[in-house]
Amino acid sequence: MHLAYPAVLSALLFCTGLYGVLARRNAILVLMSVELMLNAVNLNLVAFDVWLSRTAEETLHSGQALTLFTIAIAAAEIGIGLAIVLAVYRNRGTSDIDKLRDTAEGRESDGPDAGVSDSDASATKAAAEKAEATA
Amino acid sequence: MTTTTLAVLVPLLPFLGAIAGLLLGRTAPGFVRPLAVLPTLVSLVLAALVAARQGGDGAVDAATELTPTGSVPIELALHIDGFAALTAVLVTVVAGCVQIYSTGYLRDDPRYPSYAALVSLFTSAMLLVVYSGDLMVLLVGWEIMGICSYFLVGHYWETPEARAASLKAFLVTKLGDVPFLIGLFALATDAGSFRITRILGAVASGGIEHPTPIALLLLAGVAGKSAQFPLHTWLPDAMAGPTPVSALIHAATMVAAGVYFIARLLPLFEASQAAMVVLAVMAAVTMAGSALAALAQDDIKRVLAYSTIGQLGYMTGALAVADRGAAVFHLLSHGAFKALLFLAGGVIIHAAGTNSLAAMSRMSHLRDRVPDAYWTMTVALLALAAIPPFSGFFSKEAVLGVAEHVVTGHTEHAPAAAGWIVLLAGLLTALLTAAYATRLWLLAFRGHGTEAPDHGRQPLTMTAVLWVLAVPSLALGGFAFRVLPDWFDGHDLTPTLTTSVLGTGVALVGGIVTYASWRHTTAYAARIPLGAVAAHPEGGAGQVEAEAIAGHEPAYGDIAYAPDPSDPGRLLLGPLHRHAAAGFHLDAVYTALFVRPVRAGASLVRFLDREVVETYVRGAGTLPRWVGAAVRRAQTGNLQTYVSVLLAGTVVLAVAAVLVATGA
Repeated sequence: MHLAYPAVLSALLFCTGLYGVLARRNAILVLMSVELMLNAVNLNLVAFDVWLSRTAEETLHSGQALTLFTIAIAAAEIGIGLAIVLAVYRNRGTSDIDKLRDTAEGRESDGPDAGVSDSDASATKAAAEKAEATA
Repeated sequence: MTTTTLAVLVPLLPFLGAIAGLLLGRTAPGFVRPLAVLPTLVSLVLAALVAARQGGDGAVDAATELTPTGSVPIELALHIDGFAALTAVLVTVVAGCVQIYSTGYLRDDPRYPSYAALVSLFTSAMLLVVYSGDLMVLLVGWEIMGICSYFLVGHYWETPEARAASLKAFLVTKLGDVPFLIGLFALATDAGSFRITRILGAVASGGIEHPTPIALLLLAGVAGKSAQFPLHTWLPDAMAGPTPVSALIHAATMVAAGVYFIARLLPLFEASQAAMVVLAVMAAVTMAGSALAALAQDDIKRVLAYSTIGQLGYMTGALAVADRGAAVFHLLSHGAFKALLFLAGGVIIHAAGTNSLAAMSRMSHLRDRVPDAYWTMTVALLALAAIPPFSGFFSKEAVLGVAEHVVTGHTEHAPAAAGWIVLLAGLLTALLTAAYATRLWLLAFRGHGTEAPDHGRQPLTMTAVLWVLAVPSLALGGFAFRVLPDWFDGHDLTPTLTTSVLGTGVALVGGIVTYASWRHTTAYAARIPLGAVAAHPEGGAGQVEAEAIAGHEPAYGDIAYAPDPSDPGRLLLGPLHRHAAAGFHLDAVYTALFVRPVRAGASLVRFLDREVVETYVRGAGTLPRWVGAAVRRAQTGNLQTYVSVLLAGTVVLAVAAVLVATGA
């Protein structure tokens, strides 16, 4: 197989992921897009490792080893990321990245529930229960 | 135990008591009184034991090197001769009496624990000065006394008088201490040691190259500490502190430290004729001026303060005619009767509810309210006025006798001019001293008018120590003038006939003239009622005194002066009275000469700092602040904006890297 196919696929994947990170508003989708980008890189690593090791007499397949390493790290990262998103959602009742602007200059951080109305609070509760049920 | 061990324990015990008192003051209030009184009393016993063992024989010397300094070594050294042994006994006696008296005087005071600890610390520092054989160690005690005095004068810090007085006392004594320190260094450089014995050895062998500047520098420190002209102005104001503090610090011990210091290093001062004449002039101005001022004061404690300055003038006068035996003899007897005067004065202030003599002269039966204070104060005032056979007579005549010896040329140690100055000023001061002692007694105890308020008996702790101190005031001089020469240099201290007759004569004249003018003026007293008494006469003595001090200025318009036409001092001094009451306006002169220029300089510095230096600093900060404000706008809080910018930056960098790599 020519190197161009996996390279193009990986570029497409990366661009899709980049678009998702930059344009999606839901934090979970942003995380998924990050995964896409990571896997695009993984694909590149594997493809180039195979391509390079074709001519070599002996090889350690370091590209494929690094891919395994990246997959392990990505698993941990997505776990923590999802946990944070869950916690934020329980607190705020939303996981919309546009609304999570506490670090903006000149805006004091409100209390955890200050900006949330009663209906939001009940929604938070329901969502929390749902999250626990699915967990 | 060896004498050295005992002597080390004497200053150490009050020090440990002070530390324990400060630590336990809040947690265990029950221990505060024993911790204040007992170490001082044990020290008294040990000091007496040391004195008995030393017995006026050869000095006890012991030393251990503190730390190698590379040049002149500093040693923890003891040097106990007859002067040190007896002065230490005086210090511990007075300190013990004051501690016992304070338990009664400040019994309701919430700050008593720290007060008692500071008094103990002070006692320990004074004992360190007395016993120390090394000038650097002596300086440590000297400065500890200064800071303790600052805290104790400011004990009633709620009153503005006390705050101002404590600052003034500290600054004025420090003003003298700076030249003192320089003098000590110069002396040690010349002599090669801080040890007193070695310095005296160097003086004897002519090893001191510049005795005059060194002696004059040291004199500045002594003038500050011993309240001699022109650095005496802090002492009358220091009367804003509690009475026991005045008795201990500002009468019997701390102010005596300067005199004691010169007594220790007298051969050094003798090596410089100029220093001796300066000392004599200082003593003469001090004693005559302070006696005049004492005659005009209205506050009973300020009268005593000026009298302290005057009596210290006698001591420096004795040193100016090169007889330290007479000086320390007067120091001992003065310590006893002046502490008694102050402590009795405290009892009177408590009973009368005022510190103003003008108000007391309008109270009858005050002497019946405080019989102990009345009798003991009479004894002490007779001793102060140098009436035979009270102890003040013998010590003062010893001073005058020595001055007469110098005048008639019997000694080559001191210049005859110094003798004349001291003798004449001493006789004049004897007259004035008797006058103000008589005035104090008449105004305080012979008042007419409304009956003095009756608050019941004074606490036993306050009255008993008066009698303890009355014994040496009465009898010390008569016994001591035969014994003391063995302890001191061996000079005869027996009163000579000429000066005795002269001194007692002028004292009697002073007393009788004052009595006559009092008889003349006392008729005015009934017509113009005057008086300000404390608002809480039933309160503790300390509280009454604090209120009396705070109330004097609003009532009379001045802290030292009362517009009282029945005051015999007013008749005696005539137009001088107004100036004498203000201490001859020396404070105003100092204000004009030093305080105002310093304040003007300070406001100039403040202007330069605020308007000039800070402008540059602010200007330098403006540009970064603007840049910061612009950059801050980029921080929107939206994560995706950040990532977009990051991506754009990466693309730009990548393009740039490619362009550079291809050489375009």
